Amino acid sequence: MSSSLLQPRAPPSLSSSSSISGTKPQWRFTSLPAVTFTRRARNSTVNAKIREIFMPALSSTMTEGKIVSWIKSEGDVLSKGESVVVVESDKADMDVETFYDGILAAIVVPEGESAPVGAPIGLLAETEAEIEEARAKAASSGGSSPPTTAADAPVAAPPPSAPVAAPPTPAAAPVVADGPRKIVLTPYAKKLAKQHKVDISKVVGTGPFGRITPADVEAAAGITPVKSKPPPVTAPAVTAAAAPAKSAPTFAEIPGATVVPFTTMQAAVSKNMIESLSVPTFRVGYPVMTDALDALYAKVKSKGVTMTALLAKAAAMALAQHPVVNASCKDGKSFTYNSSINIAVAVAINGGLITPVLQDADKLDLYLLSEKWKELVEKARSKQLQPHEYNSGTFTLSNLGMFGVDRFDAILPPGQGAIMAVGASKPTPVADKDGYFSVKNQMLVNVTADHRIVYGADLAAFLKTFAKIVQEPDSLTM
Amino acid sequence: MQSLISTSPIFAPNRRSFESYASPTALPSSPTPFSLRFCGLRREVLRLSQLKHRVIGTTSKKTRFNVSSASPDGNGSPPTTFDYDLVIIGAGVGGHGAALHAVEKGLKTAIIEGDVIGGTCVNRGCVPSKALLAVSGRMRELQDEHHMKALGLQVSGAGYNRQAVADHASNLASKIRNNLINSLKALGVDILTGFGSILGPQKVKYGLDNLITAKDIIIATGSVPFVPKGIEVDGKTVVTSDHALKLEFVPEWIAIVGSGYIGLEFSDVYTALGSEVTFIEALDQLMPGFDPEIGKLAQRVLINPRKIDYHTGVFATKITPAKDGKPVIIELTDAKTKEPKETLEVDAALIATGRAPFTKGLGLENINVETQRGFVPVDERMRVMDAKGNTVPHLYCIGDANGKLMLAHAASAQGISVVEQLTGKDHVLNHLSVPAACFTHPEISMVGLTEPQAKEKAKKEKFKISVAKTSFKANTKALAENEGEGLAKLIYRPDTGEILGVHILGMHAADLIHEASNAIALGTRVQDIKFAVHAHPTLSEVLDELFKSAHVNVDEHKPVAV
Repeated sequence: MSSSLLQPRAPPSLSSSSSISGTKPQWRFTSLPAVTFTRRARNSTVNAKIREIFMPALSSTMTEGKIVSWIKSEGDVLSKGESVVVVESDKADMDVETFYDGILAAIVVPEGESAPVGAPIGLLAETEAEIEEARAKAASSGGSSPPTTAADAPVAAPPPSAPVAAPPTPAAAPVVADGPRKIVLTPYAKKLAKQHKVDISKVVGTGPFGRITPADVEAAAGITPVKSKPPPVTAPAVTAAAAPAKSAPTFAEIPGATVVPFTTMQAAVSKNMIESLSVPTFRVGYPVMTDALDALYAKVKSKGVTMTALLAKAAAMALAQHPVVNASCKDGKSFTYNSSINIAVAVAINGGLITPVLQDADKLDLYLLSEKWKELVEKARSKQLQPHEYNSGTFTLSNLGMFGVDRFDAILPPGQGAIMAVGASKPTPVADKDGYFSVKNQMLVNVTADHRIVYGADLAAFLKTFAKIVQEPDSLTM
Repeated sequence: MQSLISTSPIFAPNRRSFESYASPTALPSSPTPFSLRFCGLRREVLRLSQLKHRVIGTTSKKTRFNVSSASPDGNGSPPTTFDYDLVIIGAGVGGHGAALHAVEKGLKTAIIEGDVIGGTCVNRGCVPSKALLAVSGRMRELQDEHHMKALGLQVSGAGYNRQAVADHASNLASKIRNNLINSLKALGVDILTGFGSILGPQKVKYGLDNLITAKDIIIATGSVPFVPKGIEVDGKTVVTSDHALKLEFVPEWIAIVGSGYIGLEFSDVYTALGSEVTFIEALDQLMPGFDPEIGKLAQRVLINPRKIDYHTGVFATKITPAKDGKPVIIELTDAKTKEPKETLEVDAALIATGRAPFTKGLGLENINVETQRGFVPVDERMRVMDAKGNTVPHLYCIGDANGKLMLAHAASAQGISVVEQLTGKDHVLNHLSVPAACFTHPEISMVGLTEPQAKEKAKKEKFKISVAKTSFKANTKALAENEGEGLAKLIYRPDTGEILGVHILGMHAADLIHEASNAIALGTRVQDIKFAVHAHPTLSEVLDELFKSAHVNVDEHKPVAV
């Protein structure tokens, strides 16, 4: 009876079964669609015939799986369709079968251990001759290194982790005491360390009593925490010694800092900026002389024409000749040529950023365009813009020239092909083709474009056209 | 003396409300405590016949205590006339259930309570824990972005106010407690305050020196949390369920000693509120009380995906509360080799190692009864057994104090069974028909035998068993709720169709089990119950499918057209 001291005194009908260990129930859904071992297309030629057996994704929510048992052992000859290993997912135990003939050369993840989805768990050699090679490979890839065989890893594999290049670690990291240090990990930290194969002996705990928290492990693995824990609104009432000190998730906390949540607009900007990271962009800069444009501006200013309207009109006219720069790449597979040229112009309004759109900027004349622009700015200030008035742009113009900025680099908004960053026009000494120096007003423009559809030559040609229009601006007023 | 049942005028208005409750023309506004259901309690419907009975006795209430026939020097010899037909020591759920049934059967009843009415269940158990679990269930849902997204919902930053959550639990407990008190008072059960003890046959003392006699006595003193040796409970960082239910603090990391249903429910609460949990279990497997298959699934659903780790096969031999700037320190010892294993440092520890009977000071020695590890020995009719193994006349023990089945509703059922016997009808409670439930998210419930138990029984009695299973994944309602995780399992005899056990893990499992427990209690067989119709789409179809998937080899019952 003493052996059940720590056992809840459950009602007899419950507890009397405790000593009986039934046969382990297992669900084997062999009738389910068999899981294929993904063949890893290696770029090297050396091990073309050694296939890695991956931890399969047995359910949509499965992130890691545990090897319940290897049905086959090393050296066994496998034929297509045979069950090789039983994997326990978050849902059930399932037999996993092979779609290739071969020899099970090496077991990388032994029974009872877990591996993230997509990580190699075994190696399959095509011929006996390759077994040795496969084993050598297994030995080298085993150990504690995460499955970072970068480029060709399946999507589900954890991101290649650069263990040291983590987000800024807390500045004053506790000094590791001399001598053997007792490592204390919280349960979730333990799980994370296993999942990301973090060597905990190298992690410095920042939690209460020097324990390693989930945030410490995440920092060591180079991941930013997915979500922070729910903020308990009230502080613990019991001021017991264990009243835990809140540990900063990843970033060092600077005392006295205030946290202001994003407004809806700021959140939208943030979301767009993150999304922009998935687009491969490049930048091309170009100097443009503006003496003629300045002269024109001086003439038409009194008629209500703004510099923004002039630049938008110039860009629109150039785009009309280079439709690819006005195109966008929606799916990564095709060009979407837009039927109209809508110039979005970035405007800072208090605490935010919005891009009112001058629709059909190439078709409207300068005066109408200027009127339209005034109207849009009014609406933007009073937050009256309709969605089509700020999200229908096909090309964006961002001008920081009025602040004296000489050049800058804009981020391409998702869904557009290019964005133009306009610097200030400044008197600059320039040499002409005969070698004579003169001082001209010069403005640097810098275009960021989606390289999936807009190539360097396209952008250069567009910029040349744009410069020509600005330098001979008479066409703008026509 | 037995006929001295009083009906003081105070009860008249209440009686009217009983009548209106019973009559079809009842005003919906008439307030009656009987329409409420308590933890494991039956709703009491008072019958008119009984009211008639009560009207017959017409002695003033005051005289009752004065007419005590017991004399202090008469200990040892039973009195011949009695103050009460039935005295119940302990006003927990068991005592309450027995009292209600006793009144229904026309017995003059008193209930003695030395603490608060409602006992563990209402004040420190089932009731407040359900309030916390209601919070944890919602928190869990709100935090599960994947789940929310799948339903098309957007929720951001779910948070909670600890004190408000704690208040919800304590408010619920006091509400249920008041309902309980009101129902006892309204029925005319005398509530006697003070600790009760047995002076001799049919004699009970309560409080300091109040003496009463009763024709029959039921001991229903319940249990208290069991704390193993070496564990120092300070009520702050090392706590039992009594303290934890007050939710005075939510530790970042809490160790829970014991992975039975108390521990499991608390792990559900704490992880939902943001704590990390470490289980310490003496046996080799977590959740040893459950059917192994259900246990394995429960581990997959309730343990593995959460911020929980565990140590199995170890005793927590020493637990020191946090003090002097040190955390809670737990020393683990291997359960088999008795070798020291590891030391854990956590923010708090919850001792959920079960419950110990609360039977000290009951005066059992006066009637030659020896407790066994604190439990009062009883036979299958809840009759108390003395040291020689003979039944003690007129003395019964129900609920946690006898240890047969430590569940609130089992105590109540045992109490009803005793009252049935007292009023001339032999009754033996079939404990295998008493369901049990664990209110995690999702819930776990069970009735009857586990698969290994059934196998053992089958081997002994030489019959065969079969197992049928259905998944919640195939249930429309479960999928509509996006809660397809779950399993129902039926263990039955293929030769007779007898239901031996049913185990469910899944949404609302605790509510679903009753179809199975009723079938076991009433002896309904698989081949009959499979023709019962279930509304579509409901979760109850999980059981419908379960019964239908069972194969019984007897001539199936042919439904008769009506």
